[in-house]
Amino acid sequence: MTKLPDAEKLCEKLAAELRPLVGPKTAMVGLYTGGVWLAERLHKLLGMKAPLGLMDIAFYRDDYAARGLHHDPKRTTIPFDVNGAELLLVDDVLYSGRTVRAAMNELFDYGRPASITLVVLVDRGGRQLPICAQHIGANVDVPGGMRLRLKRIDDGALRLELEDAA
Amino acid sequence: MQRNPQLNANGELQHLLSIEGLPREVLLQILDTAESFVGVTEREVKKVPLLRGKSVFNLFFEPSTRTRTTFEIAAKRLSADVINLNIAVSSQSKGESLLDTVANLSAMQADIFVVRHNSSGAPFLIARHVKPHEHVINAGDGRHAHPTQGLLDLYTIRHYKKDFSRLTVAIVGDVLHSRVARSLIHGLTTLGAPEVRVIGPQTLLPAGVESLGVRVFHDMRAGLKDCDVVVMLRLQNERMRGALLPSAQEFFKNYGLTLDKLSAARRDAIVMHPGPMNRGVEIDSSVADGPHSVILPQVTFGIAVRMAVMSIVAGN
Repeated sequence: MTKLPDAEKLCEKLAAELRPLVGPKTAMVGLYTGGVWLAERLHKLLGMKAPLGLMDIAFYRDDYAARGLHHDPKRTTIPFDVNGAELLLVDDVLYSGRTVRAAMNELFDYGRPASITLVVLVDRGGRQLPICAQHIGANVDVPGGMRLRLKRIDDGALRLELEDAA
Repeated sequence: MQRNPQLNANGELQHLLSIEGLPREVLLQILDTAESFVGVTEREVKKVPLLRGKSVFNLFFEPSTRTRTTFEIAAKRLSADVINLNIAVSSQSKGESLLDTVANLSAMQADIFVVRHNSSGAPFLIARHVKPHEHVINAGDGRHAHPTQGLLDLYTIRHYKKDFSRLTVAIVGDVLHSRVARSLIHGLTTLGAPEVRVIGPQTLLPAGVESLGVRVFHDMRAGLKDCDVVVMLRLQNERMRGALLPSAQEFFKNYGLTLDKLSAARRDAIVMHPGPMNRGVEIDSSVADGPHSVILPQVTFGIAVRMAVMSIVAGN
């Protein structure tokens, strides 16, 4: 049985790591669903001025031809000017890298950011694209056939859980 | 049991032919997806790459500017290639059959057919004969259905009123010739609007319209009383056969929406119209351009709704 790290502690660790990076041009975008929960937390801990961006990459996925449209896409809202922004792109679990590829394509349809820094709670390896995160809460080995997911429980606390990928 | 021709074996939307018979979950999926596309249409780059490499054929056997244009914009914003065919002046006038036309376009690698036809049922006929990867969207067939207009009306109502469960909706005017009215009535009933009314002269209401679950009014003020939503229909001059009406002036006097008649509805009522409007026939300019009117937002939402429908069917 894999021992999973405490998501709450990883959150605080990431916030401490990111604090020196936050400047006047820094803005944050979280990816639905787990990445948005994490981003909401970090955004508050860091006291960021620019409002938080929320992104659903459903319209940019590379498996549309095989799997069709995701059933319940959320509306992407980027309430700041992406042009020239130093973006912190936040997701919960980094795996194949395909979500991040899609997110970067979508971001560029909003403008030309000065930079994008990838922040993830957990890196589980298994990359299929040349993408890496600059800030990683923890590296976790996930057994084959399993999926690692971030959950938000009733009191708002974040928790990592393993579930069958099927 | 015969399967709904619009749904695939998994119950997913494969063609959009009519709102009638579509389950509530599918209607909500379309409206929710459209909401995400409204976000796309508000940004500077209004395109997403979903339908890149796909071809959308607009087959219009009947003239239409607005519907064809909004389908064209929707397809382009999904990055599809769009081919507009005005069949009224094309091969059909040379005697080619409907299915031969479609078979030829299919050989040109079509993915989606958007079909408007003056015969009720034509898109159903096409849907029965296309290949499994091809999808048909009904853009209006005869007097039968105009599902994307019905869906954009539902979207507009939900946008302004949030919840269908307490709404009174009145549909006013030439219900007899309106495919919009039929589509909207089915949608409202499926989504749980408790009271749908139709208002019009006896001659412009279809026989047995009550069987669709609506209340019928011939007096406009009585029908509009306490309504949340007023949907005006266009007086369909080109569909009118014989003398159903004394005159347009007479119609306006009894059924044209004026501020005075609108005052019977709720103070926060919204006024919709599928366009194109006949000002001074079914609607007065003071209403069409007034604070209750959401007629232009309907057009904007229509693009997002058509993007949603195309991206859902092409993915199933």
